[in-house]
Amino acid sequence: MTVSLCDLTAHQLVRKVKGGECTAMEILDAALNRIRAVEGPSPTTCTHPQESYDGEKIHAYITLTEERARLQAEGIDRALEKGEDPGPLAGIPLAVKDIFCVKGTPSTAGSKILENFVAPYSATPVERLEAVGALTLGKVNLDEFTFGSSNESSAFQPSPRNPWDPKRVPGGSSGGSAAAVAAGEAVISLGTDTAGSIRQPAAFCGVVGLKPTYGRVSRYGLIAFASSLDCPGPVTRDVRDAAIMMNVIAGKDEHDATAVRTPVPDHLEGLEDGVKGLRIGISPDYFRLKYPDPGSGKLLERPIASEIEAAVRGAAEMLAEMGAEIVEDVPLPNTRYGIPVYFVVSRVEAASNLHRYDGVKYGYRYTQPVADLHELYRRSRGQGFGPQPKLRILMGMYVSAEQYEKGYYDKALRVRTLIRSDFDSIFDPQGEYALDALLTATTPTTAFELGAVYGDSVLMQYADLLTVPANLAGIPGLSLPAGFDSQGLPIGIQFLGADFNEAKLLRIGRAYEMATADEDWRLERPDLLRNM
Amino acid sequence: MFAAEVTLPQESESRALDEISEAIFRHLVDLAAFHLEDEEAAYLRRELNGQLKAIRELDAIDVAAEVPITSHGVPYSPAMRLPLRQDHIEPSGAADDILAQAPEVEGRSIVVPDIPHEEIT
Repeated sequence: MTVSLCDLTAHQLVRKVKGGECTAMEILDAALNRIRAVEGPSPTTCTHPQESYDGEKIHAYITLTEERARLQAEGIDRALEKGEDPGPLAGIPLAVKDIFCVKGTPSTAGSKILENFVAPYSATPVERLEAVGALTLGKVNLDEFTFGSSNESSAFQPSPRNPWDPKRVPGGSSGGSAAAVAAGEAVISLGTDTAGSIRQPAAFCGVVGLKPTYGRVSRYGLIAFASSLDCPGPVTRDVRDAAIMMNVIAGKDEHDATAVRTPVPDHLEGLEDGVKGLRIGISPDYFRLKYPDPGSGKLLERPIASEIEAAVRGAAEMLAEMGAEIVEDVPLPNTRYGIPVYFVVSRVEAASNLHRYDGVKYGYRYTQPVADLHELYRRSRGQGFGPQPKLRILMGMYVSAEQYEKGYYDKALRVRTLIRSDFDSIFDPQGEYALDALLTATTPTTAFELGAVYGDSVLMQYADLLTVPANLAGIPGLSLPAGFDSQGLPIGIQFLGADFNEAKLLRIGRAYEMATADEDWRLERPDLLRNM
Repeated sequence: MFAAEVTLPQESESRALDEISEAIFRHLVDLAAFHLEDEEAAYLRRELNGQLKAIRELDAIDVAAEVPITSHGVPYSPAMRLPLRQDHIEPSGAADDILAQAPEVEGRSIVVPDIPHEEIT
């Protein structure tokens, strides 16, 4: 395989473009050529003839914004010619998860109900990335309204495939983001993480994904799912690129009252300071999980995949050799309640957020004659939403409706406090554990096959078992590639930390990257890129 | 073929306990304002009851009465919060773009079908 410009990291490319070794337009052309080679038919809500799909393509982009990216690339190259600095992401192709509004582009949320919606403004993180030189190449696919862990629920089919094995899912909901970055169809992507939606697809596709602390990155312009959980964040090829993106997108925003004004550190400062003296914990509660049996639905305790556990323990040994203190048997007893709590909290918030889609002001509208406004609502929402949004709305209404609810919502919010307390106690500098980070697997398994889980909404939710506690607690989490299983599928490991400690997690992640830089698995590339 | 309309996923195993009965389900569907076909309704009700099984795990947790609720994970201290903005009107300049998104307009008004109402005599 010849390495193309689009296979390099953002920091490598920025150095080249600023050093005059290549232009922003050449980088863009490399990415567009890669898209032409591996993308295949674009996902749409229309029927695709089966023969147009060969089962080997990625299908990441719902919308390509080539003209926008070309204008941006021209601007970067002009600025460089004049001796100006276009910023830390000069000329870097960016794929935006199609849950963000980008002015003048279709912003669909992967749903028929927003298929024709053209955003009248841009989300704050997108504006910030474009302002420092990123080239917005397009909008990438996702689970409908981010409701899923495989991308199969998108109304835009074919859904994205995993570049490492196109018969498998890329994970979700930021599956298009992770697939595009892994396949060289973009260099960086902006995703969102509500229960693991950045970290799980990053793990499945062998890339880096960071869920920032809740409130660290503005949600303005993000089409809302669960407003107390949603976090925009980076999907990249390495840790340094994630740090660069965080420097750009983090920080206060007068358009989002939940975006905090806590000062943003330089995430690149001390990035290579290593882990000497840091305390990194491992918890048995992240190795043994309660998981529903697909047949009976009964919750059974079972371990995570042995090869994934081996990767986590191997990483711990490596960090110990570099001077970190590994703390074993860290108790996080409420981890197992993450999914039941999430089932309640996220559904109530989703139902509230999704009532706004009514077929009147924007989005899909039923076109046949209707008797009255109520029928318009029922028909537009019935046809516009797919099964996953409908399930979330109905469950959200059930568990919060006065006549039905059995204290579910109140109980879930109290158990959420217990999950938060687990983390508070292990990260407390004066506490018994005083951890700098917790090391876990990102996912219980590697990427599963298309159709293997989709349809069972309970089992699919349990794909987020190891990632959802961080969302409920609000803390940051970083997923990193950590080798491959015996089927050649990427394995992800995760570092969780205390509020606003993204820089520390990135530093630990970078140490792990440096320690494994010469390992053979770092040279692996997806088969579909071999003939490029 | 990839379906153009709502595609139902493969069904998961039927679960015995139906806390959400047919009548409750119909009421929820009415509140949520969905027109559903029978096959889709059956799938949704079955999945909801399956999800409730997972949710019921919460019943077994003994949470002390003094444990407060957490409405978002990160505690928001005043030092972290932005001060409230001044409450004043700003021109958005996006009226045309916003109107362009409406499925049906007459002039600069969005068309709304007849709103069910009763005449008060």
